[in-house]
This record gives sequence, C-alpha cells and structure tokens, in this order.
Amino acid sequence: MTQTIVVLEPGRIDKHYWRDVFQFRDLFWVLARRDVSVRYKQTVIGILWAVLRPLLTMIVFTLIFGKIAKLPSAGVPYSLLVFTGMIPWFFFSSSVTESSSSLVTNANLLSKVYFPRILVPLSSILVAAMDFAIGMVLLVIMLLYFGYTPTWRLLSIPLFLAVAFSAAGGIGLLFSALNVRYRDFQFIVPFIVQFGLYLSPVGFSSSVVPEKWRLVYALNPMVGVIDGFRWAVLGGAFLIKWDILLISVLISVILLGLGIWSFRRFERGIADVI
Amino acid sequence: MTPMNNIISVDGLSKKYRIRHNAQRYKSLREEMAAAAANILKRSFNRNSRVPTETTEDFWALKDVNFTVERGDRLGIIGRNGAGKSTLLKILSRITEPTEGRIEIRGRVSSLLEVGTGFHPELTGRENIYLNGAILGMRANEVRQKFDQIVEFAEVERFLDTPVKRYSSGMYVRLAFAVAAHLEPDVLIIDEVLAVGDAAFQKRCLSKMDDSSKEGRTIIFVSHSMSAVERLCNRIIYLESGHVCVDSPKVQEGIRAYMLGTHVELSTSWEPNGIAHIFEWFTPTLLRLVDGNNNLICGAVTYEDEVWCVIEADITTIDYALTMGIALFDEEGRCLFWSYHTDLTEKEWPVLKVGKNLMKVRLPLDILNGGVFRVELIGGLHFRQWFFQPGVNAPSVYLTLSDLVSKSPYWMTKRPCIMAPKLKWLVE
Repeated sequence: MTQTIVVLEPGRIDKHYWRDVFQFRDLFWVLARRDVSVRYKQTVIGILWAVLRPLLTMIVFTLIFGKIAKLPSAGVPYSLLVFTGMIPWFFFSSSVTESSSSLVTNANLLSKVYFPRILVPLSSILVAAMDFAIGMVLLVIMLLYFGYTPTWRLLSIPLFLAVAFSAAGGIGLLFSALNVRYRDFQFIVPFIVQFGLYLSPVGFSSSVVPEKWRLVYALNPMVGVIDGFRWAVLGGAFLIKWDILLISVLISVILLGLGIWSFRRFERGIADVI
Repeated sequence: MTPMNNIISVDGLSKKYRIRHNAQRYKSLREEMAAAAANILKRSFNRNSRVPTETTEDFWALKDVNFTVERGDRLGIIGRNGAGKSTLLKILSRITEPTEGRIEIRGRVSSLLEVGTGFHPELTGRENIYLNGAILGMRANEVRQKFDQIVEFAEVERFLDTPVKRYSSGMYVRLAFAVAAHLEPDVLIIDEVLAVGDAAFQKRCLSKMDDSSKEGRTIIFVSHSMSAVERLCNRIIYLESGHVCVDSPKVQEGIRAYMLGTHVELSTSWEPNGIAHIFEWFTPTLLRLVDGNNNLICGAVTYEDEVWCVIEADITTIDYALTMGIALFDEEGRCLFWSYHTDLTEKEWPVLKVGKNLMKVRLPLDILNGGVFRVELIGGLHFRQWFFQPGVNAPSVYLTLSDLVSKSPYWMTKRPCIMAPKLKWLVE
C-alpha cells in the first residue's frame, strides 16, 4: 500500500504545494464547471448574455470610434476591427473581475476545507474562457459574412490567449488576495477594468498611437495580445511587431510571477482572516 | 521514528492567534487611515480618553499538545467552548498552520463539513456530489465509482436532479455525510454535525462510522453530546484551555472528568473579569448559588435542599425590554429550561432600578435528576439583542445534585431520564 505521509509544521505547506495542486486538479475543473453552470442557471436568458454583451458593445464602439470619430481601420470593416479587439479584451477583463472576487465569494469553503487556494482564482478564469469560446464562434460567423477566409495564422491564437491568461491570472491572484484583507478592492477592480478598456486598443487600431509612444504603450500587455489577435484573424494591414509582442509577453510573465508570489505569501493566513 | 500503527502523531503542537481588540476583521484602506489619524488626534487632545485604542494580544489557542492516534481509533475530543477543539481540527485538516510543533499524518484526512459548506444551492444533487467530492480531495472517477452507494446511503434518488436549495435540511445532511463517509479516507474528522437529521439517520451514521473503523479507518469526533461520544468512541481527549487534560481509552472517565471539571470551572460563584459583560442596561457583578441563609453552596446538594441563584447587577439605563434570567443545562449540554424575570404577568415582575440590583430565584431541585448542572445567566433586550446568549457567552456557575433523588425504597439509583419529578399518585 502506498502511503502518503503528510507533515504539518510551521511553513511546511510550501514544501509540497505544487504536488497538492496536482492532486487536487479535478477540483479545478469541478469549480469551473460549478461557476459556469450556476451562472447560466441564475439568469433568465442564460447563455444569450455571452452573445449579446459583445455584440451590443461592438455596435456602440463602431458608431463612436468608426462613424463619429472616423478612426482608420486599414480597410477592414470597422465592426470587425472592434470585435477582434473585444474578444480578447473581454476574456481579460472578466478573468480579472471574476478571479479578484473569487476568494471572498468562496469564503465559507476556504474556512472549512483544505485545498490549494490558488485553484479558486485560477478556475474562475475558465468561466471567462467559456465566454471567449462563444465569442470565437460569433467571430467565425462574422468572418464568413464579410467574406474572409481563415488562414494558418489562426493557429497562433492559443499563444495570444496564453499571454492574456497569464496577465489576467497574475492581476487576479494579486487582487483576490488583497480583496480578502481590504474590501476596498471590490470597488477598485471594476474601475481599473473600465479604465483599461480605453487604454487598450479595443475600439481602435493601435496604429493610431504615435510611433514614438508605441513601446510605452506596449507596457499594457493587452496591446500585444490584441495586436497579435488582429494579425492572426485579419492579417493584411495588421502586422505583428515583435518588439511590442515581446514586451507584452515579458510583462504578462512578470505579472503572473508577481501574482503567484504575493498570493502564496498571503495564502497561509487566509483562513484566519477571511 | 514513529511506529507504523500511529496514523497521527502530534508533537509539541501550539497555535497562537493575535487578537486585535476593538477591531473589525475586514478592514478597508480608508478605515485604517482614518483610525490612524483619529488616534493621533485623540492622544493629543485627551490623554486619558476612555475610548479604547486598538491593542493586540497574543492568545494561545493550543499550547504544547502531544498525542498519538492509532489506526482504527475512534477518538472523541471534548472540552468547553474555546478549549481549542476547533483549532485542533482546523490544524489537522490543514486549514490553518501550527505556530509551533509538528504533526505527522499517514494517509488521507477528510472532514465532514458543516451542513452545506461544500454545496452550491443552485446545483442539483448530482452536481453537488461531484463538487463536494472534489472539494474533499476525491478524484472524479473515484466519485463516479462510489456514486450509486452515495445516493443510496443518502436516500435522495428521486431528487438527484433537483437543485439542493429545494432539499430539506435532513436531506442536505444525509447527502453531505454520504459523500464524506464514502470518500474512504484514512482519517475522518467529524465536527458536531450529526445533531441534524432524524434519529434513524443518526443511527445509520453511527453504524457506518463503526463499520469504517472496523475496516481500519480512524475517526476523530468532536462533540458536545457526551452520549454520542460515549457510544461511538473508544478513546477520549479532554482539552482544557489549550492543553490536553485527559487522554485515555476510558471514555466514561474522561467524560466524568469533563463534567466534574476538576479544574477551576466547577464553581458555584462567578465574578466578571474583563470588559466582555458590560452593558448599560445590565452589567452583572456577581452570580452565585446560595442556600436559604445566603451562604455559598459548597459541594453536592440533595433535592430537598434550598438553593437560590443570586444575581447582582448594575443598571445605568432602564429599558423595559430587558429580560434577564437563567438557563439550566445538564451534563450532556442539553438545555433543561430558561427562566426570565418577566415570565409571569407584568404585575408580578420585580421592579429594577438604576444602580445596584440584587435578584434571586429558587431553583426547582425536586424535579431534577442527579448530576452536574450548569446554571447560566442569560439576558438581553427582548427581541432586539442578546447580552448573554445561552451556551454562547453566558456567565455560568455549576451545581452538583446528589443521585439520591427520592426517599422511596424503590428509587435508590439514578434513572436514565432527563428529569426526576416526584409525582403524587392517586386512586379514584
């Protein structure tokens, strides 16, 4: 009989943390499935929200940035330009929002059972991934409508998604921990997310940003993600700039590392505070 | 090295909490900044301000606890509220870390959660079984294998696809217990959850626990119900303010030690220490049990003795909603009755005044069975707030009543009942 020996002593959790994460991997999926199904059970039109929200936002943004401000779109229908920016952005923003509040919403669980707490904020990102998948279906329909044919470049999408995931995960982990200690963060997070929507090239192409500021602009990791996404889907005028992408990747990796580090430091005392 | 029989060995375990007086658990940045500013202001304007400032104090919930648990043990942990039982369980189930010491556990630990902790009300019974299983550390295909057994044990076949928010509380507990019990952990931790559910189900739970301990599983059971501990456990640990007081395979002796509270607690007199009992409507300064001549009761009494419960209290503000009284608990923590000073018609209520009040009430010893009783001072504002909630924060004193509850030659020993009223029988 194989026997696992668990040793509990001060500071010990660190030593087999990642082994525990692996052992509890099913919980990761189950929690995500719970969040997804609860979400669609409690709303009247259910899954339709995942369709309506990006569509309506797309219409508004197309009117404001395309028709009124008349920003350039490099020959691509403006609605398509907006939509390709919005799908990764919504994935990022709902990931940050969901994971930031996840520890507080699961407080009763955290104070009663042991499992690696990092699973909670991370699994809540899967809910956003679900919306992302629905958005991708819509995108394909739109592409067909506008007469675009998909290319091999689409295969690079998971890469950009991974960058968005690691940026959102890092920020989410940091905020979820802070949210437990300082409940102010439940007000700060929506504010930051809303701000980020206008700081990221969602409603416009990043080419409207003056050349000399591009690299500074790329400090926002979503710039590289959205640019890459447009390149992958629309190609043509949307060239991928390696320096910008590199900065975004670097920043998102740093964010993830920072998130995990601060979450781990905080995690030990979580049950005593929450 | 520890011998293989020891499934758990606890060595020098201590846990320290930092208590922040006068502080909320959730802080906001704004509050922290405001509090810091207010403190500076207060100090500069009024040195002897009575507004308490935040202080921290170290509190050792557990101090140098050592014990081992053998495979197949059914260990009962008893102790008063605040003795450290929950902290010990929290450490064993890895929710919180020890401050000092070391614990070795050989195998998988799972705890039976408080009713509904692992459940989501919107999800169906089926979904919740998977959810709860995963929370307890089960792999998905393990749950799938046990699924039918779990459903059968919980008796919820017909409601499998109903959201659990429509379940009765009994069904809830049955499902929760079924999942935890079928997890087949090496150690199952049960914290006072069986109180819910009907008698038949409780019986089934106990026999299931019996079975699993025969299969070599270890059970740690925390309860205030001495009868459940006595029925289930073959070993007992009695915790008293963070220390192990009794650790013995003789369960009844442990329970007895707990009931008799060999230490400070079995006192017939109580005086406040600290600020926990100050209310402007009612601040008790003394609670004691006295005889007919106002002498403090000492040792055991018989049902024929006269015992009065005396309450001395300060009142600064009269509130007509004030209800104060006593609650009586038996050895197993069952509440026998509450009595308030407002129990009779309004005309008969004692009139309380601003300042010092002295009230007394005679205890109805002739209807009680022999044993140790806890008399709690309870009170509050009627329907508005508790000052002293029974079983929670109420000041208490203890009364020991002799087992000889009657003069009848046929009633020489204690009967297995809660009460022992001496009723008069007539022939028509």
